[in-house]
Amino acid sequence: MAKITLENLAHSYLPNPKHEDDYALKELNHDWVDGEAYALLGSSGCGKSTLLNIISGLLHPSQGRILFNDKDVTNAPTTQRNIAQVFQFPVVYDTMTVRDNLAFPLRNRGADPTYIKDRVQQIAAMIGMEDSLNHKARGLTADAKQKISLGRGMVREDVNALLFDEPLTVIDPHMKWELRTQLKSLHHEFGHTMIYVTHDQTEALTFADKVVVMYDGRVVQMGTPQELFETPEHTFVGYFIGSPGMNVLAAEVQGDTAVIGGTQIALGKGFGRPTGNVELGVRPEFTSLSAGDAGLPVTIKRVEDVGRHKIVRADFQGTEINILAGEGENISPDMNRVVFDNAGINVYSNSWRVAPEVA
Amino acid sequence: MSLVLEGVSKVMNGQTHIYPTDLELQSGTMNVLLGPTSSGKTSLMRLMAGLDVPNTGKVIWGGKDVTGMRVQDRGVAMVYQQFINYPSMTVYENIASPMRLLKQSADQIDAAVKKAADLMKLTPFLDRKPLALSGGQQQRCALARALVKDAGLVLLDEPLANLDYKLREELRAEIPKIFEEAGSIFVYATTEPEEALLLGGNTATIWEGRITQFDKTPIVYRQPVNATTARVFSDPPMNFLKFEKAGNQIRFADGQLSSATLGAFAGLGDGSYVAGFRPNHLKLNKEAPDALEFTGKLTVTEITGSETFIHLKHHGENWVGLVHGVKNLKIGAPLSVYLDQAHVYIFAQDGTSVAPASYAAAA
Repeated sequence: MAKITLENLAHSYLPNPKHEDDYALKELNHDWVDGEAYALLGSSGCGKSTLLNIISGLLHPSQGRILFNDKDVTNAPTTQRNIAQVFQFPVVYDTMTVRDNLAFPLRNRGADPTYIKDRVQQIAAMIGMEDSLNHKARGLTADAKQKISLGRGMVREDVNALLFDEPLTVIDPHMKWELRTQLKSLHHEFGHTMIYVTHDQTEALTFADKVVVMYDGRVVQMGTPQELFETPEHTFVGYFIGSPGMNVLAAEVQGDTAVIGGTQIALGKGFGRPTGNVELGVRPEFTSLSAGDAGLPVTIKRVEDVGRHKIVRADFQGTEINILAGEGENISPDMNRVVFDNAGINVYSNSWRVAPEVA
Repeated sequence: MSLVLEGVSKVMNGQTHIYPTDLELQSGTMNVLLGPTSSGKTSLMRLMAGLDVPNTGKVIWGGKDVTGMRVQDRGVAMVYQQFINYPSMTVYENIASPMRLLKQSADQIDAAVKKAADLMKLTPFLDRKPLALSGGQQQRCALARALVKDAGLVLLDEPLANLDYKLREELRAEIPKIFEEAGSIFVYATTEPEEALLLGGNTATIWEGRITQFDKTPIVYRQPVNATTARVFSDPPMNFLKFEKAGNQIRFADGQLSSATLGAFAGLGDGSYVAGFRPNHLKLNKEAPDALEFTGKLTVTEITGSETFIHLKHHGENWVGLVHGVKNLKIGAPLSVYLDQAHVYIFAQDGTSVAPASYAAAA
């Protein structure tokens, strides 16, 4: 297992990049800790696959270095980086049995047959395929084949890192649960350094110790799921993480008070006098409806029943505000105010978070 | 207008894809087919569309038997998981194509295309070719084409499955609004319970070629008529635990004795049953005084930022709980969880619902 260092790393698909916009991956510096699970999260075109391909060696960066345990591997081909990869679509040898598919990476490196036998058995138990070890991979469902791919990715204990590129996209929701939980317990058990690329926030948040949120070729925040939820560093993180995402409202902020469309809101903390385009970000989880006189005046447009909770879509002076209400909560017509729990209020200036003053 | 399936079934290569099925769908309604991959959603849609002829039964549309009628003669629009557009045509021509086939006037076409493009937020891209658009825009183009066709039956087969999470969220909110006005019969296949809930309308849960329940979406979710429906319509999956009732005593499969009499337990006769409950109803604290308590071994926790998924091994079963807040609990240690009796569903051993959770009747 290895620590992975990204040093002044950037990539452009153009031969002579001049402007920052020419870079699909903008310059970044990061140390990824040995044994942690990271998720690269972002929408298509954000640069997450570019970054993964640079780490795996499929792509040579335009600038900067990549180090595994402080050793420069920037110019090393994939085969010399000692990594295991699992892709979006299953990669299995159809004519081989499940057992031979799982054993393949070990046999390739001349591992001891007794060790191979035990290890394959162990992996088969993890992916729940002990009973199909002697079956040919041909004819298995896509789910089963992807399980084999995952198992083969994890069969070697001596890899520097395990890279996953959207590995659960083709899997049914029910099976996703199972596989994700297995990956998670494997990580807990073996402590591999894992990097997992996905556009699905639930997968990223539940799988990773640290989630790396990417937007327009840039890492906008790297943090624990809790940090991304409670203190999104950029309004994009607030929008992208959470369903629905964070409410963002234009505001004037002075000290511990904000004014939004003529209504005063107490922030509970001081923010000085932020300049530029100032906005308040409040997640639907910290937003509630009230029938009192306090809060922003709103009109309820729609109430969506999502089972375990309700999503209330309200209009405030032409801006949509989303509110989460409990499954059994009654939404009465006289609820025409929105109030914020000030533990969940963040202030933004030009889309970046303004840290509150220390009291 | 209504679309009625009467005892329709489909067998292909000796395999039954759809067992004899009855279903009635009304104009102006959204009807979700919810089930896992290969459960029969697409097969059922193909029978509705006339792409396949059923082995038994009849398809009746607007009172007329259309069982053998070709899809071309029926007025059906379909949108698939893959974005299907004509790559050599502009977005405008792609949307206009079904109307051109019907030889409608240029003015009619222009008005309809512009209206559909506006609804699907494609107006700035009308002159582009589909491949110059993002995946979300390409699928909007396919949806716009289905819309202008003004078909009596619109079939959407997992139309958002290939899109990014956030795009899916946006389109999912828009689709019911847009199609509500059109007055056609909408059928929407999905594998995701949350998608069914967000779309609203009616839901048919499908499992291994059979419709297990068809009703208004919140009713199917809260009052499943059998354990299969409950399982299909729950993500994470519903948790189950067997128990026996004799006299005033309940013996759960883990050996625990209880005298539960509230909610679905009220008035329950002697016999063998299965209790079911949803992950979000599992609690870490005893909130209700009569809450049931179970102790299992914590295998994994997953933190989403605002909530924590708890995976518990309890008496050989894997349970999933979803609790508010970030919980750092010790993996591998015993964990006690609590369940309000009002949140328990009770099924017979064959899976038939005996009593829904009492909270559900009020919700």
